[in-house]
Amino acid sequence: MNEHVNPVAAAGLPSARAAGTAGSPVPPQPVPRRRWRVSPRWAPYLFVAPFYLLFAVFGLFPLLFSLFLAFHSWEPTSGLAAMRWVGVENFAFALDDEWFWKALGNTLWLALASGLPQHLVALGLAVYLQGLRPRQRDLTSGAYFLPYITSTVAVAIMFSSLFSTDFGLVNALLGAIAGIAPIDWLGTPAGLQAAITFIVFWRFVGFNTMLYLAALQTIPAELYEAATLDGASRWRQFLHITLPGLRPMMYFGVTLSVIGGLQLFEEPFILTGGRGGTDQAGMTAAVYLYRMAFDFNDFGGASAMSWLLCGVVALLTWTTNRAFAVRRAGRA
Amino acid sequence: MRPAPRALGRLGAHALVAAGALVMLAPFYFMFVFATQARGDIFQLPPPLFFGAELAGNFEILTTRLPFWRNLGWSLYVALASTLLTLLFCSLAGYAFALLEFRFKPALFALLMATLLLPSFMGMIPSFLVMDALGWIDQHRALYVPGAASAFGIFMVRQYALGAVPRDLIEAARLDGCGEFGIYWRIVLPLLQPVLGTLGLVTFIGSWNNFMAPLVVLRSASNYTLPLALRSLQSPVNTEWGALMLGSAIATLPLLVLYALASRRLIAGLTAGAVK
Repeated sequence: MNEHVNPVAAAGLPSARAAGTAGSPVPPQPVPRRRWRVSPRWAPYLFVAPFYLLFAVFGLFPLLFSLFLAFHSWEPTSGLAAMRWVGVENFAFALDDEWFWKALGNTLWLALASGLPQHLVALGLAVYLQGLRPRQRDLTSGAYFLPYITSTVAVAIMFSSLFSTDFGLVNALLGAIAGIAPIDWLGTPAGLQAAITFIVFWRFVGFNTMLYLAALQTIPAELYEAATLDGASRWRQFLHITLPGLRPMMYFGVTLSVIGGLQLFEEPFILTGGRGGTDQAGMTAAVYLYRMAFDFNDFGGASAMSWLLCGVVALLTWTTNRAFAVRRAGRA
Repeated sequence: MRPAPRALGRLGAHALVAAGALVMLAPFYFMFVFATQARGDIFQLPPPLFFGAELAGNFEILTTRLPFWRNLGWSLYVALASTLLTLLFCSLAGYAFALLEFRFKPALFALLMATLLLPSFMGMIPSFLVMDALGWIDQHRALYVPGAASAFGIFMVRQYALGAVPRDLIEAARLDGCGEFGIYWRIVLPLLQPVLGTLGLVTFIGSWNNFMAPLVVLRSASNYTLPLALRSLQSPVNTEWGALMLGSAIATLPLLVLYALASRRLIAGLTAGAVK
């Protein structure tokens, strides 16, 4: 269509006007092919429309429908007509359901047990990487980040072989190095939770390290120079310069870990074959939701639970926010 | 007397970090080692530490137990479709939010950002019902259409476009009679190439690894994407571990190649939300 625009893009900013008006062999066509033209007034709405359309159909409508479902008893196989209003019965059932609390407890525990070491190690590792030369830094951080991009399913399958009781590599190593008797990782509640915790730690520690490393680059070097001149020890510099400088990123990273940790699904699902494991020790909230809907066919109950869980996520996100806000206020 | 302990501490830190890096990489190494071992040999004491000779045998099992090439093809198809649609929709919207003026822009943008906070499990059940109502169960479009205009991608493009696309250039093209879509296609899109490359990589990997959505939507084994197909090989008894490891290794290989080629870009893209 408008060939005369091409040189504009190629030539860059200063010559743009000249190329368009004088340099072009073809004069601008007045109102060509009207029906393909979008008026500047409506173009922006057209450009952003796909997001809102897709969100309305696949995001908002399903959410509202699940809120509606939460107050109904319904099995999808029996058709829409079989939907029955039950009031808050689904919520009452969830709050009275032993497995619901179990799943919630598992989720919170796994999020904490994998999240806390993740951030402590990531923090130390980032400070260490900061002191390396760029090439070594890229290489080392590359190794730690790699687990983050790989298929969770492939990795969980891999780990279920590494953690197997009789002949798994983990037990073989523990036996050879420390003389520890084989541990039933996947068959006991504590072992299963330890295995899940490790896999989550393994997958996300590099991601958090990169967050902290990026934040470290923004702390001015003069602060450290001045502190060294004042005779402050490295530990004091870490406490009084590094940590405060990292606080905004820590807030961001911890929030991501809280939100992500409460949605934990794939690792426990694969490790327990989708059933939750011994004594339901690997049944996280998301796994239980899946089972409620697709194994037990209770879509109303599952919807009610998803809203309760959403409330928990919101509450914990808010709490994280408060925790960091209070600290910030206390410092200022 | 100070320098000696400090040097020792440095050495200790080096050793610790190197050992940690080995722990990070070891599962990948053993995935590839086990892929070349027979089922019986994987679970020996001590377990095999080096490559075996059963690669062909495992491959045979893998392709008889699964429609493996179909599964691989579906994974590729869904990942490519999802990447192309995402690049189109996110570049359009990201450009509009960065450089065009329109009514309700702040409110629309705030709504977009708010959707990022919704936990993924909230959509699991109701979106299954929507797919059911649309007749999209067991259809691959159910995997690449819903997320095609990702809020994260739009945000990413917007942040980049703010600094990379000069407003004057757009004004100039408009005065020259270039249509709005022409401006986007001929001027903005070429300038957005770097961020779209990163977004494309991130989207491709996300789709390639996706498990929850296919688990809810896909029904027949010949339509499975790779992660689902691999899971279907896993059973309480008689799992063909060698073949399963080979399948996992094949599913992981493209990611390792992408990572080797573009690790800096990938890390930057995946941590983009935080750094900007």
